[in-house]
Parts: sequence; structure tokens; C-alpha cells
Amino acid sequence: MASLDMNAEGGPRLVPDDVFKIPKLACDAMAESHPYPAYPEHNMKIGFPGELLENWQEVAIAKIGELAKKNRAFQVYLDACVKCGACTDKCHYFLGSGDPKNMPVARQDLLRSVYRRYYTFAGKYFPWLVGARDLTKEVLDEWYSYYHQCSQCRRCSVFCPYGIDTAEISMAAREIMDTVGVGEKYCNEIIGKVKDIGNNLGLQEKGLRATLEGLEEDIEDETGVSVRIPLDEKGADILLITPSADFFAEPHIEGLLGYAKVFHQAGVSWTISSYASEAANFGMFIGSYENMRDLALRIRKAAEDLGVKRIVFGECGHAWRVAYSFLNTLAGPFDFLDPNYPVPQHILEFTWGEIQKGTLKFDKSRNDHYRLTYHDSCNVARASRMGDKPGGQFDIPRNVIKAVCNNYFEMDRDTIRESTLCCGGGGGLLTDELMDIRVKGATPRMTALKQVTQDHGVTHMAAICAICKTQFSKIMPKFGYEMDSILSVHQLVSNAIILDGQEVEEDAAPAGEAAVAEVS
Amino acid sequence: MLSTLYALLFYFATIMLIGGVGLRIVKYARTPAPLKIPTTPAPTTRSGVFWRMTREVVVFESLFKSNKWIWLFGWMFHVALLLVLLRHFRYFVDLSHAIWFWVPLEQPFGIYASYAMALGLLGLLVRRIVVERIRYISSPSDYLMLLLLLGIALSGMSMRFVSGTDIISVKMFILGLMRFQINELPTSPNLLVHLALVATLMIVFPISKLLHGPGVFFSPTRNQVDNPREQRHLAPWAAKLEQ
Repeated sequence: MASLDMNAEGGPRLVPDDVFKIPKLACDAMAESHPYPAYPEHNMKIGFPGELLENWQEVAIAKIGELAKKNRAFQVYLDACVKCGACTDKCHYFLGSGDPKNMPVARQDLLRSVYRRYYTFAGKYFPWLVGARDLTKEVLDEWYSYYHQCSQCRRCSVFCPYGIDTAEISMAAREIMDTVGVGEKYCNEIIGKVKDIGNNLGLQEKGLRATLEGLEEDIEDETGVSVRIPLDEKGADILLITPSADFFAEPHIEGLLGYAKVFHQAGVSWTISSYASEAANFGMFIGSYENMRDLALRIRKAAEDLGVKRIVFGECGHAWRVAYSFLNTLAGPFDFLDPNYPVPQHILEFTWGEIQKGTLKFDKSRNDHYRLTYHDSCNVARASRMGDKPGGQFDIPRNVIKAVCNNYFEMDRDTIRESTLCCGGGGGLLTDELMDIRVKGATPRMTALKQVTQDHGVTHMAAICAICKTQFSKIMPKFGYEMDSILSVHQLVSNAIILDGQEVEEDAAPAGEAAVAEVS
Repeated sequence: MLSTLYALLFYFATIMLIGGVGLRIVKYARTPAPLKIPTTPAPTTRSGVFWRMTREVVVFESLFKSNKWIWLFGWMFHVALLLVLLRHFRYFVDLSHAIWFWVPLEQPFGIYASYAMALGLLGLLVRRIVVERIRYISSPSDYLMLLLLLGIALSGMSMRFVSGTDIISVKMFILGLMRFQINELPTSPNLLVHLALVATLMIVFPISKLLHGPGVFFSPTRNQVDNPREQRHLAPWAAKLEQ
């Protein structure tokens, strides 16, 4: 458990006492942070030039104009900012790094200054007056650095008086960069893999089948009950789309076991698809509607081919945003599915529905070795919904947790629900070379966690996002927590659920320490 | 000569303001929002969105959540500006008409509001200079905009509290402009400064950050209904990808 004054590596603790303590400005502190560039084949695979174009300036400027015509948010947000400063202390990367270019308005201005120069009267004729500047290679490099220090978490958009969403600007900036041949390896390579194989990992159907069979055996060993994890079964009622990390990473796998047990106990038929074996849609991270659409259409095709009646998504944050908010747009209409269920549904909506129907039985004491809190994943919190009421995305996960656990405590109100802090690894940043900014970005969340550890003895944090889970298991040791202090919500369900015919015995719940890889 | 100059200035400023903002609004309205991006939790109905937007515009709800000082000064300035503008109706309308009964009643509020307006602007200006983060994000135009508004407020107040002007003639001048005739404009310096600054503000409105006024109504994170699963949302250019 947490040693509060030293981190696991023996250094002094990194966290300040106040989550929102505003750092002294440290200009260009993070200027050297940038992800590995994509190889030409990564870029070309997803429809972009392989390398920086000769006339990149011209193309980039034209792209700004094109996006302003195609996307109202981009146009309005470039115009409307008054530099009031309300957002300046809202970004976790700024709070963690002190670099002023990580203040949302300053991050937007990296692009807005160029927009002004080429597309506004004031910027064309009086650039010095309105902070307009030419698009140079230095500016492009600065974009590459700082637009990859934004996790598109939308916290700033909650607090902006005009709702300006820096995520929209970051996505646009990445699309502009991709258009001139400057891509991020992590995102672009992964999008290509999904197009080829169906998931971020590049896990082939055969390997996936073997993995799932192994997991079925694990459940049977643990419970004595045969619970199936079907793959590509035509005619199943439910198609489960889940992040591929659920197939192999900890604590993600424990969540997958939880879904399987819930489906089993609810008595529904379900299947995973090897063709659409990935919930995450990295097309969003790079702001590419076309790529996002291509990936979303795989899900539609899988649903049609398998003849399912419903689509349910597993625990994944940005994926749930694309699923809830965009799937109908990108790959709809889904009139071939059962109209009695929303398309798509979240696994937590399903599980909570079954709990309310009374089909699931739990022994909450099996989670008594945890003292828990819950981390609202940013894109679930601020870009989606669950259930039929606004805010269901906050209440339903908590309802489920409280139905399966006894010791639950909330973190500071300013760090949860719509004000939640990003884990620090979202939006295409979950790659090793960005570890420095990831740790800095996680600092506010870790501070809030430390507060409930001090006040309530909280030992573990649950989350419903594959990125959050991977990020936290990686960075928690730097803040004095064990790497398995982060849990899947359906891991808690899995621990507590009593399957029909299960031999009930007293033993500890599984706590995995398997290696966690850097995929979504 | 001076009257003609000011008359032309105001015709130009009015065209710039109405034409410029009008064109911008048409642009915003015609630009599609390709995806559903309301910042959630968001209303699930049109009337819910109307209520959300009303709170945003009337009490600056998000800003209040964000920063109490900016909210205090910003909200104070905007409400005071509204009261001051309403007070100026007396220069544009025939007060003997019954529908303008409220204009004389509003006069004292408009006067108090001028203090609040100046105070709010001063507060915003001091924050812009003193707070390191806000100083960092400020361009010369950000200071100038506050100074312009402050100049308008102070020159206006000076006509009330320092040395008056012939407001009957001012009204004749303005009513004349509305009928395309140029009447004599009094030449008190504070009046001339006040009017010149107001005309400047009108001219820069559509080419500056003052576009946040119309912009807020077109912000997809605030004005979209949270119903993507129930209703398919598709931009015209995105629909073409499906053919």
C-alpha cells in the first residue's frame, strides 16, 4: 500500500498537498516533449502523405480554411475566445508541468495565432496587435510537441464561458499535421493495425480464440462453473465490442471476466467479433472523420455478419465517446438491430439493468479487502451518457460499485464527475516516450487520491477505461501505490458475483500482477 | 463640418457592425457541426438546451464555476453595460410614446450602472496585468479593448458628473441620422471623444474577439441536444461519404 512520504522508487513524494495549487510559470519546460514520428508507411496506410510535403505550408494553411468550413466548433472557437483566463488553471498537464503552453487558451493560441495571420483582417494587417504569426517550421514543431500534450479530456470546455473545447482544436491540429505528412507513430500505426487486423494489438483471430479459451478455463477453475466467452458466434443476441487490452492486460482482463459472468448469469447469448475486436477508435485522437468512420464501419459490418440484435461496449473511455456520441453518425442507422435497446449500450448499463431486475446475486464481502474510490474517466464523464438521464454516466458506475462493495469513498468534489481529472494518458499519449508528461499530467489525480488515502484509508481506485487502467498501473508506483491499485469496475463485479451452481468458499479475490503493455 | 464627419462615421460604423456581425452569424449558422459534441452532462431536449443557454448568457454559469473573480468583474461589466445601453434609449426614441414608459424610470439605474461598468472593466484590466497566467496569454489588442471600453465609460460618465453637454441637440443629431438628415452636433470635447470611441467599438466588433457575443449561441458544446443514440446526426458533407 501507499507509503505516503516516499514513492516506490525511494524518491521524495511528487505530489503537492493541494490538487489545484497553481504552479509558477515555467516557460518551455515541456518544449522537448514529443512523441515518435510515424514512419511513412504508417501515414500512407491511413491516407496521409508519408513525409513532410514540399509545399507543406500552403497545404496546412488551406487545411485550416477547409476545417473552418467543415466544422462549426473549429470556426467558432477560433473566433470567440476573449482570453479571459478562466481555463488557465484547469488543465492537468499545466498543473503538473507549469509550462504555460499547457494552459488550454495558450494551447489553442498556438493554432489560433496562425489562423488569425491568414484568415482575419486584424491578423493580416496588424499581426503584432492580435498576436498573429506566420506558419514556420518552428511553429509546426511547437504544434507537434504541445498538441501531443493534450489528452482531449474536455475539462477546459466545462469551465469556458463559451464552451470552447481545446480537444476540438487539438484534433484539428493533428489532422492538419497528418495532412502535411507529420503523424504520430503511436496513433497512426495503431489505426493501420485495426484496418488490417481488427484491433489495436494486432491480435489475430487464432490467438484471440486461444486467449478466450484460456480465460474460460480460468473462470471454471475459480468458480467450478462453465462460463463461455464466445467468439464469432452467429445468431448471438449481443455483440460485445471491448478494448483489446481486455484480452491480455491487467487489470483489464479481470473486467472481461466480469462481463462474461454477468452475461452468463443474465442468461443472454453473446459474442465477441474477431473482425471488430477493438472498441477504441484512434481516428478520433487524430481528428480524422474518415479514419474514425472506417473503423466504426467494421463494427457495423460485424453486427450485420453475425446477425446480432444488440451492441454492447466494454469498459473504455474514449471508445465510449465514439460509441455513444458518434457511432450512429458514423455507421448508422442501426435499424437492423432490436429497437427496444439503445445502440450501442454500455456494459454498465447492461449490468445495472440486470441488478435492478434482480437477476444477479452478490457477496459484497468478497471485496472487503479493498477500500475503494472511483475515477470518472474523462471522455465518459464529459462526452457521453449512460442511462436515460443526464449524469447517468456518473451514477450508474457508482450504483454498480456500491452494489458489489462495502467500502466506498468519493474523492474531492472538484476532481470527480464533470470536473474529473484526466489520468494523464488519454488522447493518444499512452506511449512510453511521453512518460514524463504522462506522470506530470497524472499528478493532480494522484494528489486527490492521496487525500482520500489519508482521510479514509482508501487503497484502490476503480475505473472504466482501458487507457486509465494502463496509465495508472504504470504511474501509480511513482506515487507510492502498487501497480495493482487500479481496478476494473467489472473486476469488482466479477469478485462479488455468485454464479448459479458455484461452490462458495472463503478465499481472496484474484489480484493480478501481469505485465501491462502500452496499448489501449 | 464636424457634424458631417461624425454623421458619416456613424453610418460607416453601423454598416460595419450590422453587416459584419450579420455575415459572421450567417457563416456560423451555415457551417455544419459534423459530430455531436455537447459537453456532458447535457440536456436531452431542445427546451433543456434553451434553459442551459439562458443560464450561460444571463448569469455566466460556466464562468461562475470556473473563477469567481473573473465572473464578478465580467458579469458586473456586462450587466452594467446593458443597463447603460438601455438608458441611452432616450436619445433614439420619442418618449411621449407609451411603450417607452420604462425609459425615464430606468435612468437612475443606468447612472449607478456606469460605476459598476467602470469598476468591472478596471477589475478585468488589473487582473490582466497582475495575474501572471493572464498576462502571459494577453496580446496588445486584449489590453486595448479594455481601454477602449473604459474610455467609453469614463467619457460618458464625465458628461454626467463633470461637465454636461447639450443633450437636446445630441438627441436631435441622432434622430436626424435615423432620418438621413444631418443636424448640428454639440462640440463638447467629452462628447466627441465618447462618440468617436463608440464608433470605433462598432467598427472593430465584427473583426475582433467581441464575436464571443454571437459566437456563444453557436457553440456546439453548449447548444447541442444530448440525443445521439435516439436521433442520427449527419452533416451534409459527411452524408456524401456514404454514397
